[in-house]
Amino acid sequence: MIAAIEPTATWYLVLAALLFCIGTVGVMVRRNPLVMFMCVELMLNAVNLSFVAFAKELGDVRGQTIVFFVMVVAAAEVVVGLGIIVAILRRKPQATADDMAELKG
Amino acid sequence: MELFVFVCAAAMVLVGAVGVIVRNHPVHAALSLVLTLFGVAVLFVAQEAHFLAAVQVIVYAGAIVVLFLFVIMLLGVDNAEDLQLEPISVQRPLATIVGAGTLALLVTAVTQGADAVRSGSGAGLDDATVTGDPDSNIRQIGRDLFSNHVFAFELVSVLLVIAVVGTVLLSRRPDKLDASSEAAK
Repeated sequence: MIAAIEPTATWYLVLAALLFCIGTVGVMVRRNPLVMFMCVELMLNAVNLSFVAFAKELGDVRGQTIVFFVMVVAAAEVVVGLGIIVAILRRKPQATADDMAELKG
Repeated sequence: MELFVFVCAAAMVLVGAVGVIVRNHPVHAALSLVLTLFGVAVLFVAQEAHFLAAVQVIVYAGAIVVLFLFVIMLLGVDNAEDLQLEPISVQRPLATIVGAGTLALLVTAVTQGADAVRSGSGAGLDDATVTGDPDSNIRQIGRDLFSNHVFAFELVSVLLVIAVVGTVLLSRRPDKLDASSEAAK
């Protein structure tokens, strides 16, 4: 009876929305730059999940191709972002997001 | 069966995601992130994106999280953060309100717009059980990638090279940078 229910694309999209909002709250709440960065990864994954759900629903492989590009760009973003974080933390150990106000006008 | 897979994977994703933002130790947060990424990979398999599931496990769970753990241990920032400390007093309630509001908007858009998505309007995904070719998903993505998106593919390779070169420049020690610019003169 219960096993007969098939998860539809809407379920996947709602799950992706939940994941995206958890990531958003994480970026706003956490002070550790590394953990904030992980929350950005959560948001990227939520978007990937909804792209794949749309690809399945529409029967169109382009959704999956876009996810491939998102993953490559996310990898590049992590490399550059972690480089910047390493450079900042080397100058100021234990810096949090509050301590990085040097560029503030 | 599909429902069971969805519920288990969704639980993995959500528990891991909540773990990332509530664990006060960065290493624990990174390990929770692995749980989420594996859950997303399972959901990819459930939606016939087999190639992307493999890439998700290799690139995200393999490379990116290992990179995070490397940085955490390299810098020795692996001391627990005191989450009771709240530098800006209204920040957390505000963040929760903004998050709940975004969620409400997105869920409303998804449920209201469900009819706008015309199911099966594309050319169709090749299913391995139907075509009898176990590589049909990767073959289809490859064909799409190298026929319709060649230019974007080349641009992405340039982006990767720029990212690598930029990171090498960023992470050089300043004194060495000075020495090399002196030598250049």
